Amino acid sequence: MNINTTKIISLLFFIFSAFYLYTAYQIQVFTFDENAPFNARTFPIYLGYAGLFFSGLKLILPDPDTIKVEHKTLEYKKTALLIVIAIIYGATILKVGYFLTTSLFLFASYYFLGERRWILMFLLSFPFVAAFMYLLHGILEIYLRDPFLQSIGVMG
Amino acid sequence: MIEGMLIGLTTALTFQNIFMVMIGCFFGTIIGMLPGLGPMTAIALMIPITYGFDPATGLILMAGVYYGAVFGGSTSSILLNAPGVPGTVATSFDGYPMAQQGKAGKALAIAAWSSFAGGTLSAIYLLFMAPSLSKVSLSFRSPDYFALMILGLTAIAAFSSKGQFLKAMMMVVLGLMLASVGQDSLSDITRFTFNNMNLTDGISFVLIVMATFAMSEALTIILKRNDPTAAAKQVSLTELGSIRIDKEERGKMYKTIPRSSIIGFLIGVLPGAGATIASFLAYGMERNLVKDDEKEKFGKGSVNGLSAPETANNAACSGSFVPMLTLGIPGSGTTAVMLGALLGFGIQPGPRLYMTNPEIFWSVIMSMYIGMVVLLILNLPLIPYIARILAVPKNYLIPLILFFSITGIYVMSFNNFDIYLMIGIAVVATFLRLYDFPMPPLILAFVLGGLMEENLRRSLLLSNGSWEFLWDRTLTICILVTTILIVVWHIYKTLTKK
Repeated sequence: MNINTTKIISLLFFIFSAFYLYTAYQIQVFTFDENAPFNARTFPIYLGYAGLFFSGLKLILPDPDTIKVEHKTLEYKKTALLIVIAIIYGATILKVGYFLTTSLFLFASYYFLGERRWILMFLLSFPFVAAFMYLLHGILEIYLRDPFLQSIGVMG
Repeated sequence: MIEGMLIGLTTALTFQNIFMVMIGCFFGTIIGMLPGLGPMTAIALMIPITYGFDPATGLILMAGVYYGAVFGGSTSSILLNAPGVPGTVATSFDGYPMAQQGKAGKALAIAAWSSFAGGTLSAIYLLFMAPSLSKVSLSFRSPDYFALMILGLTAIAAFSSKGQFLKAMMMVVLGLMLASVGQDSLSDITRFTFNNMNLTDGISFVLIVMATFAMSEALTIILKRNDPTAAAKQVSLTELGSIRIDKEERGKMYKTIPRSSIIGFLIGVLPGAGATIASFLAYGMERNLVKDDEKEKFGKGSVNGLSAPETANNAACSGSFVPMLTLGIPGSGTTAVMLGALLGFGIQPGPRLYMTNPEIFWSVIMSMYIGMVVLLILNLPLIPYIARILAVPKNYLIPLILFFSITGIYVMSFNNFDIYLMIGIAVVATFLRLYDFPMPPLILAFVLGGLMEENLRRSLLLSNGSWEFLWDRTLTICILVTTILIVVWHIYKTLTKK
């Protein structure tokens, strides 16, 4: 059996399905529901077995169309940077506020992707977010929490 | 029916809804043009905005985006030989050669008129077929629905997997597993939450769509160093030539459009099939039906070769609304996204939709037609200008997609956990995409998970825990036999492949 990344993913899915199945059996159901034809754990148990079945088949059967990914050509650094920026954005958006964090997120993303046209970067971050915020908050009446703008008295 | 149509027309023709169709078509055209970013991404990005409107308006906006994206995909197929969506790959076979001969304007006009005619005819088919199918589907019982959902999931796995059926089935199971997180709908018992309160209500559908499509597509573009806008920088997008179609060309289109619209619509109705298969089948059928001298022109800029797939893919888009609106079971990944949005509005599509919410049912059908008119009148003349948007650098495009995705989740939950979860799922989805694990089956399974469990619950309770319900009714047996045939065929294909 040829071991490739697809097989490893299938193995991981097999393990995940086994864990899911184990957790499904642990679901606490009401006593009167324990022997019912269908209770809260019935469907997840079937799903667990289905996961084991399909990932098991993928592991056993030959894989004629093996996908080969050239890892050297992949841009891991920029992708990881974007993910980190997104996580920081997610962590600060509630405390700092939508306007400032979103604008900084956009500005930083443009920068890390290689953009250096500062005026365009600025226009497509701070004023763009302000306009978008006006559309959501002002026109569509979708509430946007923003402690920063509230602290400087821009937002009520 | 006439009364319903009038209600739909009245709803669709309000200023707000016409404006939404226009916005949707315009936005969809732009997203659809960008290779790699298809209608699902476009609709996913629109979902948070639609929650600011009433359900009919929200759905009209999404329908506009859908049609716009398909039209946009045709534009990039013709101008750049870079189909924006799989459904427009066949369009490039004759559209791009025509553009290379200096007839890009004409090719775009043929595509637009064919789309318009295909959409118009299929809207008429839909108009008559949907209510009849709704009546038929009232006779469906829980076992039939359960079997139908199994068929839908198997079919989408089969058709979207590019020969990797088992991978697609794994994605189906993963989608169903994700849908099982949270409170059980009947007993309120929490499942797979690991004592995390944020998971008690389950994982949001919008979060899954944003993570697996919008966000992971953006990350994939960066990871693979793709530039969806690169091709646009190498061609002239302003000198497209005349958009006039002469009498001889119109004559050819008159023959092609009706037959391609029928095949497109019927393929669209089938669960899991959709625009891609419809356009390829229509192209193949057209090549077999035309005279020998015309056959020679296929692949070199044939009018029939361009008109057939364009008619069929638009007809299939309308067709895919039939199972969604009448059975509550989406026929494609895109309609699955729309179904999820409808459920978010608190509306359960199904056979009773056109009785309980006629304004939604009919206004969507009517707005499809209005969408076609918008595409023809507004988008076609604007194509040289819209196409310039293709030249937007990816350095701006990618952060904006990420921004729309995160904002979408933020405005819905005001919760950091959901943002982290979305980023986590997007990273996993990006990795899975690298190895050709398809995402549409996951979305469809996630949307259908709750309904599937509900119908299995009813069936098992009615049959006292016995699985006999699977062979008690002829209809259930027919659906399951079709499903088994699909599974066996794909396993056989995998085993016999060298």
